[in-house]
Amino acid sequence: MTRAVILVRRRLVGSIFVLLIVVIGTFLLLEAAPGDAVDAYIVSTGGDAGMIELLRHRWGLDQTELTRLANYLWALLHLDLGQSVTFSRPIRDVILERLPNTLLLMGSATALSFGLGSALGIYAGARPGSFRDRFLSVGSLALYAVPGFWLGLVLIIVFAVDLRWFPIGGIESIASARTGLDRAADIARHLVLPVSALGFIYLALYLRMMRAGMAEVWRQDFVLAARARGLSRRRIVLAHVARNALLPLVTMLGLQSAQMLGGSVVIESVFSVPGLGRLAQEAVAARDTPLLLGIILISAVLVVIINLLVDIAYAFLDPRVGASEAGA
Amino acid sequence: MPEFTISRRTMLAGSALLLASTAMPTIGSAQTPKKGGRLVVAADSEPRNLNPAIVASNGVFFISSKIVEPLAEASFDGKDGLDPRLALSWEGAADGLSVTFKLREGVKWHDGKPFTSGDVAFSALHIWKPLQNLGRTVFKDLEAVDTPDEATAVFKFAKPTPFQLIRNALPALSSVVPKHIYETGKIEDNPANNAPVGTGPFKFAEYKPGEYYRLEKNTDYWGKDEPYLDEIIYQVLPDRTAAASALEAEEIHLAAFSAVPLADLDRISKVPGLKVITKGYEGLTYQLVVEINHRRKELADLKVRQAIAHAIDKNFVVKTVFLGYAATATGPVPKNDPQFYTADVPTYAFDVAKANTLLDEAGYSRGDDGKRFSLKLLPAPYFNETKQFGDYLRQALAAVGIDAQLVNNDSAAHIKAVYTDHAFDLAVGPPVFRGDPAISTTILVQSGIPDGVPFSNQGGYKNAELDALIATASETLDTAARTELYKEFQRKVAADLPLINVAEWSFISVARDTVKNIANNPRWAVSNWADTWLEG
Repeated sequence: MTRAVILVRRRLVGSIFVLLIVVIGTFLLLEAAPGDAVDAYIVSTGGDAGMIELLRHRWGLDQTELTRLANYLWALLHLDLGQSVTFSRPIRDVILERLPNTLLLMGSATALSFGLGSALGIYAGARPGSFRDRFLSVGSLALYAVPGFWLGLVLIIVFAVDLRWFPIGGIESIASARTGLDRAADIARHLVLPVSALGFIYLALYLRMMRAGMAEVWRQDFVLAARARGLSRRRIVLAHVARNALLPLVTMLGLQSAQMLGGSVVIESVFSVPGLGRLAQEAVAARDTPLLLGIILISAVLVVIINLLVDIAYAFLDPRVGASEAGA
Repeated sequence: MPEFTISRRTMLAGSALLLASTAMPTIGSAQTPKKGGRLVVAADSEPRNLNPAIVASNGVFFISSKIVEPLAEASFDGKDGLDPRLALSWEGAADGLSVTFKLREGVKWHDGKPFTSGDVAFSALHIWKPLQNLGRTVFKDLEAVDTPDEATAVFKFAKPTPFQLIRNALPALSSVVPKHIYETGKIEDNPANNAPVGTGPFKFAEYKPGEYYRLEKNTDYWGKDEPYLDEIIYQVLPDRTAAASALEAEEIHLAAFSAVPLADLDRISKVPGLKVITKGYEGLTYQLVVEINHRRKELADLKVRQAIAHAIDKNFVVKTVFLGYAATATGPVPKNDPQFYTADVPTYAFDVAKANTLLDEAGYSRGDDGKRFSLKLLPAPYFNETKQFGDYLRQALAAVGIDAQLVNNDSAAHIKAVYTDHAFDLAVGPPVFRGDPAISTTILVQSGIPDGVPFSNQGGYKNAELDALIATASETLDTAARTELYKEFQRKVAADLPLINVAEWSFISVARDTVKNIANNPRWAVSNWADTWLEG
């Protein structure tokens, strides 16, 4: 157990610097983009010079960049994410309202790609070079090559417009006053298409990784030994080959979490899911710097936490990991 | 209802019909309206402020016009093109210093308090004049609002203000909000800005960010038997293809404001149960305009501007960019405006040879590479059509030896580049004609506007004669004389080309057959929908 604690402590200290760099970098990047929040706002309203000046003052945009960055960091030190310019609400509330949707979408999609990907990987890797191995490898690659938004649109046209099995978008039925299990089932129905679109794309990664790992393990001496002991093929595949090939997939899981967040920007827009990805896109278009910073900060924290969990899982799965650090 | 079908598309290409469409009588339904039902419509954006008294824009009106009402609404057949709402009558004094409104009696706010002239006075003086994006211009000389009794409001102006302008401004600029809710605290921070309280047929019920807005029936509405619908839901669909899919999947009833892209209309008009409607936006005409930076030596030359005007094939633009859902433009007032438009202006037929001759005469002969000069072209990114016209314009200019380099920005960057930094030579913009040239049209060519004001003359154009004409018109009280001055304005703009008007277009709605009483006024999408009903 101490192994895990030390690991967590080390990672957390490092993460704070990472987060600081992320915040300042994002701030500077968005400041460098031409036009500010007022410019973005008056696109839909117009207005005279007096009104524009009034808005810049009200939104604090008449201060220098340095002052605004300093103010932001100072507030952040007090765990205050600030006020959104576009929503006129505290950023914490705006983000917390959307975070569950994104987590649900990401979590389900990751479970789908990891679960189905590794299972198919085992199936393919059980007989390397067989027809089913080739078929699955090529098929999954084809899926991987498909752009997410396109897959999303095709799923909508086939399963929502033509067959009407699933709704075209949203996270749940509008103003339906459902509660409890009924509501959960409704949300699940809404998630089927976006989770498929997001999950199937990354499926190939896990499938191919599993397969390649297994192909390597097959050549190891202990597999030969297991065979010599007369174990069933099924037992060899599951307990010896697949298990040993699984470790790199766990690492991949941590790395993929960041990519999933990126992918959800597109999928959330296509399926009208009110999540963080779509919010981030809106924040950029509206030049809502504090909101975007908040989203990026939360996403970064999320990625750090996931990787931490992966590390801990790793420490339990493989006794060698972290042993040297614990000893030091 | 054949009037509503896509076959109008080909006819619309002819400008005559666009003109005639405002004169056509309201298409009423012979059926007896049915009560009840939930209307689900597509919304592509979520306005940050839902108070139409502060933000007079279509995005806000689309939702809040059902909740908060203006003094009068636009109408196809009403007197002065208006239908009474909160005001029953309006009368301007001969000296232009006052306008008297007789208000509707027995109207209640959604919270049960009575609506009175005090609310109108408060909205006008404390919101429209100091805070509203358009009201700050139109009501700038409003000095006081007298309320001799609860049903009379008398607007007093410091300087003579044309009654015609006030009348034309009523539908968009006169949303009345309750004084008792707004009089305490800062108006801009009032929670009612995000959950409006009004007198309209629907009450604000619920907003789930990123998902939907829900409005519910106001059972105490002043209109007899109105509204018919129980609920209106605005479902937020940010993706450009989502509205069409949602209509086909029967998840929504209506997509307004061209939420279904023009290229999809042909296909979707063939889907049983759906209809494409081009009416109901006559009061919201957008103009496709080439904005010109007169600080560029070449563009300061009238001959070059004339050459550019001759180089543009307006009919091609209407046919190809707008797929026929637009009309060619002759000047700064759209053809479908019933009060001010005149066709009697200098015109520029599509004539590449003439454009080349004009450029030669101006002294910009072609270089060895066939190019006369280069310039930067910034198409506004707000509409697909403005971007596509940018691509067309680049080719059209290449044909006369002008090398235009396209610069594509997102909205915020475009606004800054054109209206603050003036970092453009030509820009493509979509200004809106709002029923009177004094509201948002003369500002496009007038000089002396501070930097940073969007949708205004930021091209450094200065014409003392035109400025004087605009100033005179703004003080001319007699309607006929004022109208004549704006006709002269159109002639002068078309002659001197401070900007080039290419086309005029409006939006398209796609709706299910079951939605009735659609498009029965010139601002239908942003009107109150009290008489809208659902069949079946």
